[in-house]
Amino acid sequence: MHTPTSRTAVAALTAAALLGAAACSTPDEDDTPGITDDTVTIGTHQPLTGPAAAGYSTISAATAAYFAYVNDNGGIHGRDIEYVVKDDAYDPAQTQTAVRELVTEDEVFAIVNGLGTPTHSAVLDYLDEQEVPDLFVSSGALTWNQPGVYPNTFAFNADYVTEGAALAQYAVDQHPGALICVLGQDDDYGEGILEGVEMVVGGNGLAEIQTYSTSNQDVTAQIGAMMEAGCEVNVLGTINGFTALAVGTAAELDWFPQWYVSSSGGDYPTLVGYLGEDVAPLVLQGMVSVNYLPFSPDDEWVELFRRINDEYNDGAPFTGNTVFGMSVGYLFAEALAAAGADPTRESLVAAVESGDLVGNGIVPLAYSEDDHAAYRSVGITVVNEGVQDYAGPVYSVGAGRVTAVEAQPVPLENDGIPQPPQGDGSDE
Amino acid sequence: MRTTLRAALIALVAIAATFGLDPFRNYQLATAAGVFAAVAGLTVLVGLTGQLSLGHAVLMAAGGYGYAAAATAVEDAAPGAGPAVVLVAGLGGAAAASGALGLLLGLAAARLRGPYLAGLTLALVIALPSAANVLPLGGDQGLPAPFFPVPEALSALIAVEQWHAWLAIAIAAVAVTPLAVIRGGRAGLRMRAVLDDETAAGLSGVDPALVKTGAFAASAIPAGLGGAVLAVATQQVTPGGYGLGFSLLLVVAAVVGGLGSIGGAAIGAVLVVVLPWLIDTAAEAVPAELGRRLDGNLAVLLFGAVVIAVVLARPDGVAGLLNRLPRRRPSTDDTAPSNHAPLSTTALSKSTKLL
Repeated sequence: MHTPTSRTAVAALTAAALLGAAACSTPDEDDTPGITDDTVTIGTHQPLTGPAAAGYSTISAATAAYFAYVNDNGGIHGRDIEYVVKDDAYDPAQTQTAVRELVTEDEVFAIVNGLGTPTHSAVLDYLDEQEVPDLFVSSGALTWNQPGVYPNTFAFNADYVTEGAALAQYAVDQHPGALICVLGQDDDYGEGILEGVEMVVGGNGLAEIQTYSTSNQDVTAQIGAMMEAGCEVNVLGTINGFTALAVGTAAELDWFPQWYVSSSGGDYPTLVGYLGEDVAPLVLQGMVSVNYLPFSPDDEWVELFRRINDEYNDGAPFTGNTVFGMSVGYLFAEALAAAGADPTRESLVAAVESGDLVGNGIVPLAYSEDDHAAYRSVGITVVNEGVQDYAGPVYSVGAGRVTAVEAQPVPLENDGIPQPPQGDGSDE
Repeated sequence: MRTTLRAALIALVAIAATFGLDPFRNYQLATAAGVFAAVAGLTVLVGLTGQLSLGHAVLMAAGGYGYAAAATAVEDAAPGAGPAVVLVAGLGGAAAASGALGLLLGLAAARLRGPYLAGLTLALVIALPSAANVLPLGGDQGLPAPFFPVPEALSALIAVEQWHAWLAIAIAAVAVTPLAVIRGGRAGLRMRAVLDDETAAGLSGVDPALVKTGAFAASAIPAGLGGAVLAVATQQVTPGGYGLGFSLLLVVAAVVGGLGSIGGAAIGAVLVVVLPWLIDTAAEAVPAELGRRLDGNLAVLLFGAVVIAVVLARPDGVAGLLNRLPRRRPSTDDTAPSNHAPLSTTALSKSTKLL
């Protein structure tokens, strides 16, 4: 009866002896992680499989394609950008493992565009503790904008409150007196949209508020209740799959209200993928959404991204996710160019905080030392005859108020390859 | 007493081994320690009483949630409390939550057999995501657990992953040692008696229902502490981390290691932590399209193949294989009441025959 434990002891001792030769855990002061003379290695966690994959798995492929384009054109400061993408299946437990592997095994310079609120929340403290730059988080939660608590974390999406407020303001402007309702995801995404809408219409200004959970693929009850309440404008804080589900369910009930959808769930090409080429143009006609990235079919950025998509991404379907992924890539490349010829983690964060980055949005970036939010204003887009384009109005949200502003698109320069700032003294 | 000393020795050896590992390996070691605690509980349950539980992941989750809730509560109520107090409170919460759930399950288990018990435990795993959304458990985002930084005195010496590996090893040792004691003592004999023949056991004054219920609870607490270990390492408890796939992997670890063997549980636990990671790493080497298709699927396929191979070739698992190594101390073993191979073969056939 004593054999099992002594066998265990033997096994443990053998294991210890075998591992003795391996690398050591002791912390040490090293060169900047992820930077060599000719490469910069960065990492991300993305839902390549699992429930969120259908809506978002194309983002990292687009980002990687943009980096391949930059690398073929000489890289940034002569360094190629190597983008390590880890799958977390949109599961916070897997994000934990994936990000630890990126930081300790792959020794990435920075984490860029980690996707999802529940997933990225799980690694926020870890990244802060390891002092890894955590750039351009792919989520509209307000969590990422806490410079005092998380000095290295920066948001990329316009936050959900801003989106909700802009959608509601446009609804009030377009359809004065219409009954407005909200359908939101039962987490901080749906709550943020609701908060934004209520900022505009007041706490009692909504005819109906419904929520859904991603684990239940049926929204008939919610849509039925909204129909009963006589809603005329439905603001959706839904992810792409559930936007399609909500619109499709309503159409089955012969109900065609106005749909006002947040940017995370209002990407027309992705919704066509869910609803089909025949049905989508009919049920999505007039769908209102918001965006802050170039999306007009004749935009010069869009033309460049289409070219990169054809050449470096095997001509994958060109969607809002493609633009999103490449825009993130561009912003990182711009930050890296501004971080100097010998970038450090500190100089990268300082470059973003400097406020000098312009990105490629239709509205200015908000980054500064005390503001880690990316976009504080958004433009309204409308679907017309199968084409989603900006309708004109742009709303800025701040201090509990929504104000109409002018769009300020960033012109395309140097074929979309960011250049080091003037007087940088680098030896390009 | 000897078991305790031996456990302490093994824990010390394992802690010494962490110096030979880089941070990510230490993180994996901490994870493996958590899985080991759960598999050890499961292997004793299946190996000694023949009760097949497919839902040990839920018991781990219960422990994880219990740990996170209790540790966070103590941290909030007494901000000045040291990390040791927070950790002990959390472990208490983990043991209480998993023990209570294990006792409930055990009461049902005493009345159910084979496929019905497996079905009940399977239903629990499938219900976990919904339960996390309905109960105040934070939904898909889960509950956060306190982060333990490296103590001042050690901060120049070790990285945080290594510190967490130490904590994980210590907790796993505390969780598994009582199991080894139970397994080698009277309670273990009673369990074996119930496994061999319930009626005969009853005639000998052993109450089968009591033994089965007790075994379930005794197996649930280490599983819960294993869940607490994972929460210490990742500072988060989510339903996604304890899905059906993971729960079945625990059974795979127990079978591959050798049912009833605690040393085998350690080997099985390391296997289920390291093998998927190895496959992921290998999948990155092949073309992206193929790799993406293999990723996540290949591990499951391989585990299935391994289980079939092990059950066909060596029903007593890796532990049985080690058992055949030449022994240096034959004297005491000859008098041992039972040998591994026949025991776990009986358990396996009893559990699988009914499925």
